[in-house]
Amino acid sequence: MTWADLLFLLPEIVLSIGGCLLLLAPVIGGRNNGVAAKWSMLLLLVATAAAIYVAAGAGIPSLALGTLFVADPFAVFFKLLFVVVIAMITLLSAEFLEDGRYSAWEYYSLMAFALCGMMFMASGTHLISIYVGLELLSLASYILAGYYKNETRSTEAAMKYFVLGATSSGILLYGMSLIYGACGSLHLEAISQAVATMAGNQALIIGVMLLGAGLCFKVAAVPFHVWTPDVYTGAPTPVTAFLSTASKVAAFAIFARIFYMGLHSLEPDWNSIIATVAALSMIVGNLAAVTQTNVKRMLAYSSIAHAGYALLGVLAMSEIGLQGVLIYMLVYAFANIGTWAMVMLLRRREYAGENVDDFDGLHKSAPLYAFAMVVFLLSLGGIPPTAGFIGKYYLFAAAISAGYAWLAVIAVLMSAVSMFYYFRLVVAMYLKDGAAADVIPSRQVRFIVIVCLIATLTLGILPERMIRGAARSIAPIVNLASR
Amino acid sequence: MTDPLMLTGVSLALFVIVGAIAVASSILVVSMRNPVHSALFLLLTFLCVAILFVSMGAEFVGAVQVLVYAGGIMVLFLFVVMLINVKALPKEKVFTATSMMGVLMGVLLFIILAIILASGTWAPAVNAPENLRTAVVVKTTPVVDAGGATIQTETVTRDVVGNAEAVGMALYRDYLVPFEVASLFLLVAMVGAIVIGKRELDASEEEAIPEFIAKKVSDEDRLKEVTGA
Repeated sequence: MTWADLLFLLPEIVLSIGGCLLLLAPVIGGRNNGVAAKWSMLLLLVATAAAIYVAAGAGIPSLALGTLFVADPFAVFFKLLFVVVIAMITLLSAEFLEDGRYSAWEYYSLMAFALCGMMFMASGTHLISIYVGLELLSLASYILAGYYKNETRSTEAAMKYFVLGATSSGILLYGMSLIYGACGSLHLEAISQAVATMAGNQALIIGVMLLGAGLCFKVAAVPFHVWTPDVYTGAPTPVTAFLSTASKVAAFAIFARIFYMGLHSLEPDWNSIIATVAALSMIVGNLAAVTQTNVKRMLAYSSIAHAGYALLGVLAMSEIGLQGVLIYMLVYAFANIGTWAMVMLLRRREYAGENVDDFDGLHKSAPLYAFAMVVFLLSLGGIPPTAGFIGKYYLFAAAISAGYAWLAVIAVLMSAVSMFYYFRLVVAMYLKDGAAADVIPSRQVRFIVIVCLIATLTLGILPERMIRGAARSIAPIVNLASR
Repeated sequence: MTDPLMLTGVSLALFVIVGAIAVASSILVVSMRNPVHSALFLLLTFLCVAILFVSMGAEFVGAVQVLVYAGGIMVLFLFVVMLINVKALPKEKVFTATSMMGVLMGVLLFIILAIILASGTWAPAVNAPENLRTAVVVKTTPVVDAGGATIQTETVTRDVVGNAEAVGMALYRDYLVPFEVASLFLLVAMVGAIVIGKRELDASEEEAIPEFIAKKVSDEDRLKEVTGA
């Protein structure tokens, strides 16, 4: 370790120290002061964003560190996205922490450690460093999911998530150990060199399958999705927003990096498995969402379907596919956080605001927010003026050019199904009358809705910068894969 | 038998016997209804795993396994069992149709994995037992002259003497940062346990003096009153 190495790890160091300081802060004053905790967290996020820029400009790290982590544009893209997403979730969380029933400092501290884990995931190029980052994120997520500790549903969610998550981590680790046994290394570049000559090695394929099963659990793809509806429904809504965006985006970052950097030459062996998982996720996720009357549950199933769409980009193994994953994660994060913010805006007690009926007549009482909700739903469905269209366009195009036309057809059909259940909300807001739709007077939640609305429309109408940014970010990985 | 890791003769017999005991006792850990029995079978599992580590040439990891798991973690388990005072869990039907399906799937998966893994080809072992003891450490020290300038660097090469050193090298040099992340992981676990375990935040309740202290004070006051009077 040298000083240059410390500079290289600056964002992670800032976050770990900041997370510890958040734990110590209530000793100094303002025990359980939600407002102070919120501003401290935002300050920490600003410092982290600055540290990301410093680290991206730092020199090449020493050999021991360089095999574990990189600070390539791919990692920087995801790290900046994580910081923005966590900042939005911080503002969303403030609402339920400020009434003082749940300790705010510990909440934000756990959030900071989870972010630290996601940073390690985004920059890890070694299965060990990826795994420890993933575990840090997972453990913090289990606790956050159970943060309403007096609500049975929240505790149940945390327990289910913990038991299934720990099992999937074990499967992931077993897969990694088999890959290590076959390749003799856990470094992605070394794995990529080793597997180039071992197509058809049964043990290696089992290892890749188990690794893939673990990763599919983390991104909530069918058939590893069973936990998703219960956990997303039971967890506090800001935590659900965190699980369905930040946690999922981080899992896709490592999914893409492991498969593009490490296992690309093994593609003929795993593509049919990932194709099946993607198809099942799109079909099961969307069809199950149709029958739901609870908005949180419906969005949980829809997030399973979104994992299926994004898997098309991993499956395509092409430049446009990886670009599609990055773009889709960006637009999905904004549209999804916007939707969760709308669910929170209708909240009256811990869990209200989550039935489709609660949206009845929102158009009359709050036309701007009803419009915002329509934009988010259109973006999730992939309809043109919104950003979601660009993401889906790239993913579907990648699938077709890689020879998966049948998957693209399923994807388009299932997007149409998704528009059906998204429009049940639109019908409720515009065509029904209801007294239920009183919007809570929270400036922070409203602010997030507006930010997500502007981002979703801007990225949809003027996507050039986003597309160029994504193209720049994938360059190092695509060069590596084509070598 | 060209594979250096392929077990033969006594070591194979040792592996099979100890491995079988480890698997059997770990099944008993989850199927025992008395928590103390479960904990003791867990101890047996830990010890068997330690023996397997030693038989693979990883004496240090085996010793740590005994010290940390069989020693420390086990005591904590028994403490918890003692503190919450569970005699035995209520009887319940273990072999339901669902759990039998689970057992069947598990056995099938085991057979499939065993067949496939036996036919796989593996990378040459980088950490064969003999490698662990002969890894070469290159140590470079600058030799400084009287004026303080570096005149040359002296390179010392020596063999690692035991596998504690090999583990140390891996943990504190090659994988230093993941090791530190593991410590963050433990911190998060601790914070989580406290967040979940502590009482609901209620300022008035926490500032109030617990009843038994208040009662004791009043008793003492009364005693003083009586004796003083």
